[in-house]
Amino acid sequence: MNTTTPTRNEPGARPMIDKAQYGLAAFLVLVGGFVLIDALGLEEGFADQPVQPYAVPYIVGGALVLLGILLAIATARGDVPESDEGEDIDLTQGTDVRTMGMLAVVLVANLALINFLGWAITGALLFVGATRALGSRTLVRDIAVGVALSVGSWYAFYVLLGVPIPAGILDGVL
Amino acid sequence: MDMLLEGFQQALTPTNLLFACVGVLLGTAVGVLPGIGPAMALALLLPVTYSVGPDSALIMFAGVYYGGMYGGSTTSILLNTPGESSSVVTALEGNKMAKRGRAAQALATAAIGSFVAGTIGTVLLWILMPRVSDVVVKLGAPSYFALMLLAFIAVTSVLGSSKLRGFIALFLGLTIGLIGTQTGQARLTFGEAKLADGIDIVVVAVAIFAIGEALWVAAHLRRKPLEIIPVGQPWMGREDWKRSWKPWLRGTAYGFPFGALPAGGAELPTFLSYITEKKLTKHPEEFGKGAIEGVAGPEAANNASAAGTMLPLLTLGLPTTATAVIMLYALQSYGIQPGPLLLENEPGLVWALLASLAIANTLLLVINLPMAPLWAKLLQIPRPQLYAGILFFATLGAYSVNFQAFDLALLLAFGALGFSMRRFGIPVLPLIVGVILGPKMEAQLTEALALSGGDVSTLWGEPVAVIVYIVIAILLTAVTLNGLRRPASAEPMTLDDEKELVER
Repeated sequence: MNTTTPTRNEPGARPMIDKAQYGLAAFLVLVGGFVLIDALGLEEGFADQPVQPYAVPYIVGGALVLLGILLAIATARGDVPESDEGEDIDLTQGTDVRTMGMLAVVLVANLALINFLGWAITGALLFVGATRALGSRTLVRDIAVGVALSVGSWYAFYVLLGVPIPAGILDGVL
Repeated sequence: MDMLLEGFQQALTPTNLLFACVGVLLGTAVGVLPGIGPAMALALLLPVTYSVGPDSALIMFAGVYYGGMYGGSTTSILLNTPGESSSVVTALEGNKMAKRGRAAQALATAAIGSFVAGTIGTVLLWILMPRVSDVVVKLGAPSYFALMLLAFIAVTSVLGSSKLRGFIALFLGLTIGLIGTQTGQARLTFGEAKLADGIDIVVVAVAIFAIGEALWVAAHLRRKPLEIIPVGQPWMGREDWKRSWKPWLRGTAYGFPFGALPAGGAELPTFLSYITEKKLTKHPEEFGKGAIEGVAGPEAANNASAAGTMLPLLTLGLPTTATAVIMLYALQSYGIQPGPLLLENEPGLVWALLASLAIANTLLLVINLPMAPLWAKLLQIPRPQLYAGILFFATLGAYSVNFQAFDLALLLAFGALGFSMRRFGIPVLPLIVGVILGPKMEAQLTEALALSGGDVSTLWGEPVAVIVYIVIAILLTAVTLNGLRRPASAEPMTLDDEKELVER
């Protein structure tokens, strides 16, 4: 929801087509198609199963394909999405691909390293990496906060909730 | 009545009171902070359910829910950029008031109005809960099936501006809900054993809400800081009281029923309340420039609908807001099934929760009025650290479900989906509702048809089901007519357009 979007259909203006939306439409058709193919591979249910396991997937998959086609038609007719607004969002500028890419790298690194290094280390890396990516210039403070957060959360889970987070390389140290 | 007093006794134990305080403070903080709302805060607090009793956890969650609603209004009054859709209307007049130097009065009428509405809503819950439970206990699977269908239609077509996008979100959610082996055969699992139990809704919710939001903000981060209006102690003069009390009550009257119907959501009642106050006011010249009625009414409607939401959640197990979805999940993780038998099976728990709503409300008023300047300071937290923190806690929240790196991979994938949804203006709520209600709906259909021996007519064999189908038909007709009245190429309908008219 937003309240500040300027009117998009000014009289006389050429309808703008959001080409990226075709990508979303294709994605929907693809997902829907996959759901249908997956449903084809299902076997008849048990005798006491009045709703066959493939019944609902047929409906959902079919609906997704249909919605994808409808979205493509709407896009061609000049339907433009209302992107989400918020406190810290400035939609007047283009997408900041660099920041996003760096954040993605940070998240993937966390995913790749967490089993080996453990949350207490990767959590801190995640925080510091994310602040860097978002343009923070206070490296020392960010490291301090990151380490406090990750080690603190490890102990909070262990002591308060009685759940040990896998410690990874620090097993026995924490 | 005795049950209610017992509930208060249980809710007022020092431990539970502490949890209520923590919940209210935490809820207000996340409501004030950009980027996270009460639903996400609850999703991140779910690990608490590992070791804390259900009563304490639920009491805390209720505090977060109410606190989040209240905190959202602070942001929209002081910043003019509502974080949640339910406080969009508050920003219209609230921010204008703040700009005219009346921030203190705007915050005060929001806080006191929320308290009044929340209290009335809670009392209504006390009265209605046992009665509704008595009625719904007689409903069979066909009625539940119909009610869930109504919830689907309502969250996709009544709320939000684009029906097409609402349905896209719903069916993506239903697809996610299909994953797993509930029906005895593996559906959409890619042969992956970790997907056999389906995807945990916490992972989906955290990814869509938190990761998606953080990435979206990162891609469009405002480089110059927002102008925050400084605020002192909230207070109201005599005139303000006189102009506020009627809008509070009218807002409550709009909010509660909308929240209580499985058509839920706070957007419609807040908007209706705004229109009503605009029509009835004795100071029409002030509307658009900061009329106190335009803050008092919608804020009351907002909180009353939050109270109303608890009714379908507890009696039917039907969540209609994202926050309610997470609360439903929390209840289930205690092995408690919300629904008609909940009051019978867990009377102590239910009444403690209902009593704690009143306590949370009072705490909010007592804590928040004096602390408003402090909350306003929260808005100045540096953004890199704020969003890094959100990513940190979101990752921890998803990891803590099973402590598997696999969940983090899912988190990333759904985070990317959440980003795309924001990019293409696809609403988030229908997806989350679809994920949690989709499998339940299939189960109800199976049960209904199993009982009838496969006879499909059983689906409209219960009077309640028939009524619900009629309501759905009326709803769909209204939506279609509304869509036809405009040329096909024009704007998506209602709320947004009318709001723009209001603003002009």
